[in-house]
Amino acid sequence: MNFKVLENNSAIPVQQLPELSYDIFCEEVLSLLKKDQCHCLNYYAFPVPGGLKFVCCIADDHEKKIVAGSFVKNSNDLTALKSLTAKYYGMHVFEREIHEQYGVGFEGHPWLKPVRFPFDKKDDASHIGNYPFYGMESHELHEVGVGPIHAGIIEPGHFRFICNGEKVLHLEIHLGYQHRGVESLMLKKQRILEQTILAESIAGDTVAGHNTAFVHAMEALAGMTVPENTQIARTIASELERMAMHTADLSALCTDVAYQLGSAVLQGLRTIIINTFMIWCGNRFARKLIRCGYEPYPLNDELITRIRQNLDAYEKRYTEVVNKMFDMPSVLARFDSTGYVSREQSRLIGTVGMAARTTGIARDLRQSHPYSYYKLLDHKPVVLESGDVKARALLRDMEIMQSLDYIRKMLGHYKADQSNNKIQSVSLNPSMFVVSLTEGWRGEICHCAITDDAGKLMHYKIKDPSLHNWFALALAVRNNDISDFPVCNKSFNLSYCGYDL
Amino acid sequence: MIRTVKIVKHQGKQFIRDLQNVNLPDIHTGMPVISANPCKAGCSDCMDMCPVQAINKEPVSIDLGRCVFCRECIICPEHIITFSNHYKIASNDTSLLMVTSETSAISFNPNFVRKEIKRVFGSSLKLRLVSDGSCNGCELELNAADNVNFDMSRYGVEFVASPRHADGVVVTGPLVENSVKALEHTYEAVPHPKILIAVGACAISGGIFSDSKALNRSFFAKHKPDLYIPGCPPHPLTIIDGILKMMSKVS
Repeated sequence: MNFKVLENNSAIPVQQLPELSYDIFCEEVLSLLKKDQCHCLNYYAFPVPGGLKFVCCIADDHEKKIVAGSFVKNSNDLTALKSLTAKYYGMHVFEREIHEQYGVGFEGHPWLKPVRFPFDKKDDASHIGNYPFYGMESHELHEVGVGPIHAGIIEPGHFRFICNGEKVLHLEIHLGYQHRGVESLMLKKQRILEQTILAESIAGDTVAGHNTAFVHAMEALAGMTVPENTQIARTIASELERMAMHTADLSALCTDVAYQLGSAVLQGLRTIIINTFMIWCGNRFARKLIRCGYEPYPLNDELITRIRQNLDAYEKRYTEVVNKMFDMPSVLARFDSTGYVSREQSRLIGTVGMAARTTGIARDLRQSHPYSYYKLLDHKPVVLESGDVKARALLRDMEIMQSLDYIRKMLGHYKADQSNNKIQSVSLNPSMFVVSLTEGWRGEICHCAITDDAGKLMHYKIKDPSLHNWFALALAVRNNDISDFPVCNKSFNLSYCGYDL
Repeated sequence: MIRTVKIVKHQGKQFIRDLQNVNLPDIHTGMPVISANPCKAGCSDCMDMCPVQAINKEPVSIDLGRCVFCRECIICPEHIITFSNHYKIASNDTSLLMVTSETSAISFNPNFVRKEIKRVFGSSLKLRLVSDGSCNGCELELNAADNVNFDMSRYGVEFVASPRHADGVVVTGPLVENSVKALEHTYEAVPHPKILIAVGACAISGGIFSDSKALNRSFFAKHKPDLYIPGCPPHPLTIIDGILKMMSKVS
């Protein structure tokens, strides 16, 4: 093996990241991705003196390791690279991203469609407004354009359907409307608090997920460790966030199939969970709660009791309404077999998180690359096979029950007197590389960071699970009635801003 | 049927009866309270700490239009800055969002109140949201403002699906280049007279993203909002209170 083996959140000197020729690099990547237990976490490029450095990180779920390697493309070498996508389709979005940002050609890539139209893209002529959509010429087909501004209180994105009658033949998803330049700001801002606030704002519905990934990366780069208590608190926050968002999604699914009572009750239940964050840290979305090297809001006995009371109140009403929901023919008729993604498709495009787990793929970083307190929880991922809206709804229900169990266990292990709530100064070690993985409620979050020889962040790469999973939504709606698009969309509930960055 | 009745019974009454007098937990980071005591000589800890340059000295002030309510400025060794749980912090004038030791509450500027708002929209207001580079935090709270707990529609305030059905536009996010046209088109599509509301630190000032090259805030140079709702994200009670004040339903 030519690649370096490393672990989640373990920083290595950047020199240890092997630098290979492109041919050997490709050979290595493809031989790894052939194995069922491997998938690509991140593949990105960034400028170095004299050229572009490409880094690829691959997860090996059985070995519980990450393997990483790199190569450098000289800036005066203008030849196109042989596309990895041509051999392994899951690489498509990474190569598109590199092409869009730096103009690198990929020979054999089926479609180098722009990813997000970033402000620093290579091709100045390419603009979000003048993009030529994929089209099909036929008298029998028609196109439906939706967005960028949608009919609800949600983020912007454009969906272009090609339909045959009521059936969707093809959906093209056109994003980038939320692009704020998060990755470049991460380097521009060099103070840890500024960067933390930024990490909390990558996706405002996954504050704990993204911020934990960021904080772990920084702690690893600085060589800091936090007490077990702090790890428990962070893990509780992640699981509460999962419960809150899964509940919100179940409520939204009820709305879309016109089960009004379920929708209303679940809305109120989500409030209980996010108000638990409120009494803990003063913000309903776990902002302020996770900080680098310390625990600003340690739990105390009174808080633990109140959290337990909230969970009990939640569980009783939740079980009642969800059991009813999954018994209702009017709900099941809309969920069953709608928006189907096959296991093969899912594996081919590299879906992660919930979307993967509903197609029979047991991909869950809490089990395969455990971090924080998950190391001691012995997590067993919930895996369903049917790949439809029903599976994605049921999976949420089962994960909520799992989260309830974990949070209660962790509250029992939390020792109120062992936390450190003093602000820590953070100084990063020079020339280090780290991969930080967390399993947010949508799925796999991957942050990769490199420091320069002065200990400043030199490159920061963020990957939200939505980067992979939007394509799963496009496949899910094929051959479905276009009127089922909303329920399919809600069943994935993907992030626009996490994708656009 | 019996199961449904049970669910309804156990659901009980979820709505907050009086939205004007809710006592949020003490830890809720609402209105800052700045004491008139002098700073320690040469100390600028709060300014150095602030991630969004919301704090100024001499006198100490916090700009709620920039503040992300991270509460880190309470490190002040003289305890000059603290936060209350007071949630009524929206205004129609950005200069009134500047909190000093003399500010007891955030007020509205009577000169900026457009008379037609009360006359035309005083009893019913339909709004269209445009998320423009937002992180989805403000959207979640805007959604929550109309859920079973806060029930904003009891005041005739609702979000609608089309700008053609709307009386105004609510903007969240720091306003990014890629969305600038969509926002302008949406605003144009709303019939006159119309309302503009900026929700969250990002929309009001750019927030944590204010120095990003991906932004294009020219829209706000052309159109002045009738209401600024600070927060990161603002609490639903802050949102509802601000909108009701703008409609002159409460003072």
